[in-house]
Amino acid sequence: MWRDAALVAGKDLRIEGRSRVGLSQVAPFGIVALVLFAFALGPDRQVMAKGAPGLFWVAVLFCTVLAIQRSVSVESTDGARDGLRLSGIDPAGLYLGKAVAVAAQLVVLELLLAIGVVLLYGARIEVPWMIVVSCLLGTVGLAATGTLYGALSSGLRVRETLLPFLFLPIAAPVLLAGTRIWQAAMAGGTPAAGMQWLRLLVVFDAVYLAIGVVLFGPIQETA
Amino acid sequence: MTDNSTTTTVAEAFGPGPAAHPPTTVATNTGVTPSPVQSPRSRMVERTIGILALVGTIATVWLGIWVTPPDKVQGDLVRLVYIHPGVAWVALYLAFGLAAVSSLLYLWPRTRSLFWDRLAAAAVEVGVVFNVCTLVSGSIWGRPTWGVWWAWDARLTSTAVLLVLFLGYLALRRVPAEPEVRARRSAFVALFAAVDIPIIHFSVNWWNTLHQGATVLNPNLSAKIHGSMAWTLLLGFVALTLVFVWMLLVRFRIGVLEDWLGANELDLALAERQSEGTGPLDGSAADRVGAA
Repeated sequence: MWRDAALVAGKDLRIEGRSRVGLSQVAPFGIVALVLFAFALGPDRQVMAKGAPGLFWVAVLFCTVLAIQRSVSVESTDGARDGLRLSGIDPAGLYLGKAVAVAAQLVVLELLLAIGVVLLYGARIEVPWMIVVSCLLGTVGLAATGTLYGALSSGLRVRETLLPFLFLPIAAPVLLAGTRIWQAAMAGGTPAAGMQWLRLLVVFDAVYLAIGVVLFGPIQETA
Repeated sequence: MTDNSTTTTVAEAFGPGPAAHPPTTVATNTGVTPSPVQSPRSRMVERTIGILALVGTIATVWLGIWVTPPDKVQGDLVRLVYIHPGVAWVALYLAFGLAAVSSLLYLWPRTRSLFWDRLAAAAVEVGVVFNVCTLVSGSIWGRPTWGVWWAWDARLTSTAVLLVLFLGYLALRRVPAEPEVRARRSAFVALFAAVDIPIIHFSVNWWNTLHQGATVLNPNLSAKIHGSMAWTLLLGFVALTLVFVWMLLVRFRIGVLEDWLGANELDLALAERQSEGTGPLDGSAADRVGAA
């Protein structure tokens, strides 16, 4: 399973490395979103710094939708999906591989967005490790759920419109938890307030990773 | 020939609709699978529940508006309490719980049957109606009580998220697909959503409690609930549950008919076209087209 996962993740990341769709389209979209949020909230830097955690995570969520669409669409032509299934790769490995590839791209993106939030909104981060941990856990959760929904919608002609509608409400806890942890990390002081949200993220990740590993095979048959 | 008369002729040519060709006769003539007929027993059950639901609802409204006294603090507003909790109970627990359980039963290989899929679909669709009613009745109550139509209270928020999840499920069901494929897909989505519900519930609770100290919900309705008020409240629950069951049964039956139509639509249409050509010459469509 792990070897298959590494193979699939390597394949997806190689495709990204050669096509640069994520780097040249998804990441700039994230920055555009940050700029638009700034327009929406006015030039008052205090307001923007206050809203920074939520805006960061909303931007991440939107970019996740794009990353998932991309992750599905690289398999959609030339019968690649059937080819993958025929290749004897373990479905759980395939799931983990796709999720890891999405997660890796999201981490790079979040780094960019975090820098953007600090520079553009003047957000001050007091407890950096909480930011790092929340991003990692949040990314795992988004990639885990997103890959599931991506696979489920991969055969649909209306994928582009349906996927965000199905995926975003499910990811709401990640947005809530991520925002709260960021707020705690920006306020400094005791990290206790953030801890329960970190635990929530761990539960979220564990639940959806488990579902994906167990059910990805049957889900693929559906598409 | 003027434009006017052309229009009339075309209209006439397409005029005789399904009424002129009863589908049943067509079906027997050409071997289309006959449409599923409701057994007399299930029809009786459905009607009985429908009548009970109607009677129960009317009784609740009557008791709630004319018999029970107004509340000391809230006045006539309290009368919403006979409807709102019952609607919420159906939407949040009954409908969604039923949908989750039936989806799971569909995914379980031993109990896999389209019955569970249709039941889940019917439950979600009726659940959406009740969910919207919950939000609307809550809003109507919230405006005079809290002064706002909407508060980002934990319960309200999770109800709204639930509605969005429900709507996503229905949107997915509307995507044309083979019944089996659609059933599997929908069951997975229902399962993912069901797993998310507790997590959403907790996160929204924490989100809110961190946000504002004391919540305005859970108002102390008067400490002593008047006898007739308690009975009306209880009756409201029963009546709304019956309404839910009745709507569920009807929606389920419609689902069966829809699937039948989906499978036989083309055959039916073909049979109708053929019977137009070979049918008795009693001023049928073909005649009129010829005359034009």
